[in-house]
Amino acid sequence: MNILQTVRLALRALLRNKLRSFLTALGIVIGVGAVIAMVAIGEGAKARVEAAFSSMGSNLLVIMSGSTRSGGAFGGYGSMPTLTWDDLAAIRGEVPSVRAAAAALQSSQPISSEDLNWTTTVVGTAPDYFIARNWTIESGQGLSESDIETGNKVVVLGKTVVQQLFGHSADPVGHVVRIKNVPFSVIGVLATKGQSPMGQDYDDAVFVPQTTFQAKIRGGLQKFIAGTIFVSAHSPEDAARAGRQISALLRERHHIGPDQDDDFSLRSLSELAAAQQEGTKTLTTLLASIAAVSLLVGGIGIMNIMLVSVTERTREIGLRMAIGAKPRNILEQFLVESLVLSLAGGLVGVSLGLVAARYLAARFDWPLLIRPDIIFLAVGFSGAVGVIFGLYPARKASLLDPIEALRFE
Amino acid sequence: MSDGPLIELDAVAKLYRMGDSSVHALDGVSLRIARGEFVAVMGSSGSGKSSLMNVLGCLDRPTSGHYRLDGRDVSQLGRDALAAIRNRTLGFVFQSFNLLTRTSALENVELPLLYAGVGTRERKRRAEHALERVGLASRMHHHPNQMSGGQQQRVAIARALVNEPMLILADEPTGNLDSRTSLEIMALFQELGHAGITLVVVTHEDDIASFATRRLSLRDGKVVDDRAQTPVSAAALRVQVAS
Repeated sequence: MNILQTVRLALRALLRNKLRSFLTALGIVIGVGAVIAMVAIGEGAKARVEAAFSSMGSNLLVIMSGSTRSGGAFGGYGSMPTLTWDDLAAIRGEVPSVRAAAAALQSSQPISSEDLNWTTTVVGTAPDYFIARNWTIESGQGLSESDIETGNKVVVLGKTVVQQLFGHSADPVGHVVRIKNVPFSVIGVLATKGQSPMGQDYDDAVFVPQTTFQAKIRGGLQKFIAGTIFVSAHSPEDAARAGRQISALLRERHHIGPDQDDDFSLRSLSELAAAQQEGTKTLTTLLASIAAVSLLVGGIGIMNIMLVSVTERTREIGLRMAIGAKPRNILEQFLVESLVLSLAGGLVGVSLGLVAARYLAARFDWPLLIRPDIIFLAVGFSGAVGVIFGLYPARKASLLDPIEALRFE
Repeated sequence: MSDGPLIELDAVAKLYRMGDSSVHALDGVSLRIARGEFVAVMGSSGSGKSSLMNVLGCLDRPTSGHYRLDGRDVSQLGRDALAAIRNRTLGFVFQSFNLLTRTSALENVELPLLYAGVGTRERKRRAEHALERVGLASRMHHHPNQMSGGQQQRVAIARALVNEPMLILADEPTGNLDSRTSLEIMALFQELGHAGITLVVVTHEDDIASFATRRLSLRDGKVVDDRAQTPVSAAALRVQVAS
């Protein structure tokens, strides 16, 4: 008896009890479907996070001022300015692994063109900011050192702001916009940057020289930086070193003793990204184990039904043996039956999983990443489940005594 | 094929242990059955006729003694070798037909050929021929539940015939049939006997045994009576009953 005949025999036996076969395979269908859907979605989410972090600028470090403490309650980082412009100058001048460093002072302000207005984030900063954030100018030019020194009323616009104030295809370079009713001439437009991992639109911002910001938008403490410092290192390896060096430098400059806490916070984005990826990994592991459990349960379901089937068909087995089936033939027959059942379940599960993944990806606007290796793995795994859980019933059938089996009522 | 008897049993015993006691289902049976004989095995239940059939059918191995089938000692062969002998040399007919349900007559008959590794076309040809031989050429594609008891038993006989066996073993083949149909089946067996197939039929009915050429009686696992007889013609009897 060849394998094709055995498979045909198995299909016929399974189709004889359609509903039962369907319900038995359902466990595998759900297990495999869940794996496929979850992995596709997980990969999509991971890719999205990675893209978001890389758009923030690689090798990026963010330094914020320390917190106020009133009556034992911390006010959160940045609530008390501790970083000074001199600190920034020192970071730029004394830490060799630093490629660029700039402060970013932020304020939400109304901004208007001749016809339209919009409320956006106004950032006061310096040319290094765009280097640190890995952000290029699409048209016109960026802020220059002389803009900073003289406090020119010039502005570089983010893409979203351009769309809101001038429409989609307009080139606003040379036009005048008013921020807090102060006229600024537009000198450049930034390239599209996209969204932060938390969904914030980076392109909904405009950039002015930090000196102009302090003079016209929001005054403030002359000596302290009321904002964040962005630092970029030369390479990812340098980012960790730069972090340590900056930390040591700032502690020394702020006269912080060895057993005292920092009065600033220093975060590296690669650490944040790693933490986020760790979270995704944990989630994937969790989902994979849920899927494994459901495949296990599906396998037990198959074993159960195969045992019932062997008992029901005892006479048939006896007859087959009497007319010349060897124990091996009977073993193959039942093993192939459970294999066909679980593989069919696996294939249906893959299709359902892909449909579910596609639907969810469209619903939540995630990229859909289908990994063929996971599909093969899932189908292979379900086949293995069929063989492993089908082996015991099949062996039981093959070891039946033909005389007893023929006498079975 | 050797020239000696088809079946040679030499002091064959079958012992069943039940707890502490043991039962001799067969107690030193020695007998020879020549090719072409039609043997009726008789005896009450517990006489050992089923055990004898199981040994003759290579479904069971004797506890002691020797069984030579077509000159070959098969008493201590393994399961696979016995399965091969059942497949090629023997045909079985059961009281309850044992056909696969929801499977056509043709496919039921093809089943032994499947295990013999015969190709699809040849399988179909031989199964059709076997069904023609038992007079069911017109019902090849019917399923067992669409057939009468007599027709089902004919399908079972075709299945036993399809491998062209030397020996057909039938265990109460008419036990589930009415007397008219029983006559039909016995006439078919006599036809096969005339064609040279050796037949061993277990029955407890005297009139069924009267169609055989030899009558073997068992009691307590021993052969108590063994005699040749002139068989009654089942075909002739059918004509009589019909008129």
